[in-house]
Amino acid sequence: MAHAETHAAEAHGHADHAPQSFIWKYVFSKDHKVIGIQYYVTAMFMALIAGLLAMTIRLQLAWPEKTFPSLNFLTKGYTDGVMNPEFYAMLFTMHGTIMVFFVLSTAPVSGFGNMLIPLQVGARDMAFPFLNGLSFWTFLPGCIVILSSFFVGAGAAAGGWTSYPPLSALRSAVPGSEMGQTLWIIGMVFFIASFTMGGLNFVTTILNMRTKGLSMMRMPMTLWAMFLVAVLGLLSFPALTAASLMLLFDRHFGTSFFIPSGLVLSGQVVNHQGGSPLLWQHLFWFLGHPEVYILMLPALGFTSDIMVAFCRKPIFGYKAMVGAMLAISGLSFVVWGHHMFVSGMSPYLGMAFAVGTMLIAVPSAVKTFNWLATLWRSRIIFKTPMLWAMGVVSLFISGGLSGIWLGQTALDIHFHDTYFVVAHFHLIMAGAALFGVFGATAFWFPKMFGRMMNDTLGKIHFWFTFLAYYCTFFPMHYIGLAGHMRRIYDPYQYEFLKNLQPINQFITISAFILGASQILFFINYFWSAFRGEKATDNPWNAAGLEWTTPSPPGHGNWPGEIPEVHRWPFDYSVPGAEKDFVLQTDPAPIGDKAGSH
Amino acid sequence: MFSGFPLFPEQASTLALGVDGLYFFLVLVTAFFFVAISAALLFFSVKYRRRSPHEWPAEIHGSLMLELAWSIVPFLICVVIFAWGAILFFSMNRPPDNAIEVSVVGKRWMWKLQHMTGQREINELHIPVGRAVKLTLTSEDVIHSFFVPAFRVKKDAVPGRYNVMWFQATKPGRYHLFCAEYCGTQHSRMIGEIIAMEPADFQTWIQGGPAPESPVAAGQKLFAELNCITCHRADSQGRGPVLDGLAGSTVKLLGGGTAVADDTYLRESILVPAAKIVDGYQPIMPTYQGQVSEEGVLHLLAYIQSLKGQAGAAGAAGGNK
Repeated sequence: MAHAETHAAEAHGHADHAPQSFIWKYVFSKDHKVIGIQYYVTAMFMALIAGLLAMTIRLQLAWPEKTFPSLNFLTKGYTDGVMNPEFYAMLFTMHGTIMVFFVLSTAPVSGFGNMLIPLQVGARDMAFPFLNGLSFWTFLPGCIVILSSFFVGAGAAAGGWTSYPPLSALRSAVPGSEMGQTLWIIGMVFFIASFTMGGLNFVTTILNMRTKGLSMMRMPMTLWAMFLVAVLGLLSFPALTAASLMLLFDRHFGTSFFIPSGLVLSGQVVNHQGGSPLLWQHLFWFLGHPEVYILMLPALGFTSDIMVAFCRKPIFGYKAMVGAMLAISGLSFVVWGHHMFVSGMSPYLGMAFAVGTMLIAVPSAVKTFNWLATLWRSRIIFKTPMLWAMGVVSLFISGGLSGIWLGQTALDIHFHDTYFVVAHFHLIMAGAALFGVFGATAFWFPKMFGRMMNDTLGKIHFWFTFLAYYCTFFPMHYIGLAGHMRRIYDPYQYEFLKNLQPINQFITISAFILGASQILFFINYFWSAFRGEKATDNPWNAAGLEWTTPSPPGHGNWPGEIPEVHRWPFDYSVPGAEKDFVLQTDPAPIGDKAGSH
Repeated sequence: MFSGFPLFPEQASTLALGVDGLYFFLVLVTAFFFVAISAALLFFSVKYRRRSPHEWPAEIHGSLMLELAWSIVPFLICVVIFAWGAILFFSMNRPPDNAIEVSVVGKRWMWKLQHMTGQREINELHIPVGRAVKLTLTSEDVIHSFFVPAFRVKKDAVPGRYNVMWFQATKPGRYHLFCAEYCGTQHSRMIGEIIAMEPADFQTWIQGGPAPESPVAAGQKLFAELNCITCHRADSQGRGPVLDGLAGSTVKLLGGGTAVADDTYLRESILVPAAKIVDGYQPIMPTYQGQVSEEGVLHLLAYIQSLKGQAGAAGAAGGNK
């Protein structure tokens, strides 16, 4: 086992002195905590943009017949108060792309990963601090490129966040397939490069820089999640890098990776031959499926770690929880084909993908029931982070169960490309990831800013978000069952969808409430960061290593020696102990049942 | 029995019956687990709320028996669901032999359909009730998806390849046909209709109007017009391979390797002849990319498929059945 007995962090020169000037301390920082916050705040800004895009989508779906002259200032989007269909396609494409990559991969993984990994492994910083800073400064241009695509030529990419060719490969296919799609590709390549640097840092830090006594089987669930997420990213993102560059070549340099022979687009013969559009789908989803677990796993880790601290009870079945995460990660590499059941794949191949998909239900069930068993006979304290953790469990159940509907082949044929799928992934992947981030923010806020977030405001924010989230996404199951497809500009051109308009209006109003509720979070976050109640070092009486640092931790994290770890981070309410938690650094020979291996 | 179930669109195909059975089962299973787990979550939240800091919870680290139970039970349920779904999926992918054949070409933003008897339709498909209909789908530009909610079927029309789907309508009526794969600006206007008719009415419909040219006949004509006949002679003396009996056979390629001469292979060989050269022949065939429409390719394929054993006559007759 790779014990980090060398105290590797101290061996690094960077830990010796803290930078003094503002620009090196807060802008081009190499400190993992500053970088974590930079990622987090950038993701917040991107979420604001992508959220506004979603609101505009909802406005169109609820009242396509109404005119909104006040929106004419969006010159590309509206003509005489009516949305252009091209703009609608840009909205859902960019909402998906920004949310999946630039918000929900960024905030939990790059944001909290950087923030927490050194604190939880007991290191002065990440293994490669320069690479870490470089990774953020690669990410930021990606954001700028992606956002700038709205302002060039005909507008942003409009082929869906999945960018299926030939639509995305032929520049004349839709207005967004001109410059917008090219910028989409460039933005994604920046993002992937940044994520890869982060992943290398995560894996190296977690494997090599754990403090003395912190064996892998004593790691908190968050650390396990970050480790697995980094491995998933390193192994799966290269497929999308390759595919994106191939797409770029198809678009600009005359190759035909994804464009078959004999196409005629709008009366023009397309001068490409020999490619296959399905190749893109395989490459995209080879990344795409692990990617959705990259969003999910941190939330599952946060939930376990938050839950134990507010249940005052050890995690139920630690080994099974770790095993379940490993299983989910492993299976994520062999199920990408379930996104392609209607593409005409051989039914035998379809079976192989369906088996793997159905198997994911087993580790997911283990996680759910073990959480329930953690709650069972505990003593729950309902603070804001705990509410979010319970929210993750709730969304994990409701979104996970609909996964069984979509994972087997027969029903998926009907549901594919309908709002049922939209409901499913917004609940489980987007919702669980988002709620996980909110929970983690409230929980680890003292380590970000040395202050507490306001608990009352936090709880109000939770209840508004929780109820509005369900009201927004749960009815989408129903309209999906009824045959309402995704990505349609005007549903009421379809006779049989006309009666669904009231439901769409209800969803839209819920979505507006959901969006408006987030103002509470922004206020709470920024107000608390500067004016919140000062936090003690361990305000939640939690047992993890990170709670032995000052709030906020200074440069190098621990003022003195890096502490040694003597137990796992789940020693709550140990019989015979003085208090109802025992810090990981406590050498007393009590408790630590599972941590002894 | 599920037709009155308000949660699903109209049920009008033989496949819909099976799919809705599984659907109903899944509603029960997921509703049970959703209610049970949510209730437990709520109950625990109330019952195990900490009332004073002096209360300590029970000391519990895990239970192998419980964990095994909640691994094995979901596993078994999933096996049942998987097997049920798999059986349905295979039946969706196996068109019956006596099916009526229709070719479909997706194009922005319309569906172009042709019966093997030659009738062409746009955004409409007339079919008889009680008889399987097999569609061969392709697209001439981007990916489209042929979606009939009332039949519970959907299949992508992918350019450059031929996908097959089938259904059998159970009652007369007009059913919505949609494109389910986002295909560009007017995607939401790519709407059509399936018109299921009593067999007698269908016979009247198909025999109405002037007798159209069957795809095989059209292919044969195109074959002559494009001078394919000059090289692809029936007597193996031509400069190109003999096409009689080629469709579906395994071909030896130049430089080793083989290929199955399916529709996709034949299409490629017409449009980009240099892609795969048959062993023993020279790469002299010119490309027909841009000279044959997607429907023209389908006609040529129909003609080549009809060349089984004895010239084209048998196949043409089969098409008129």
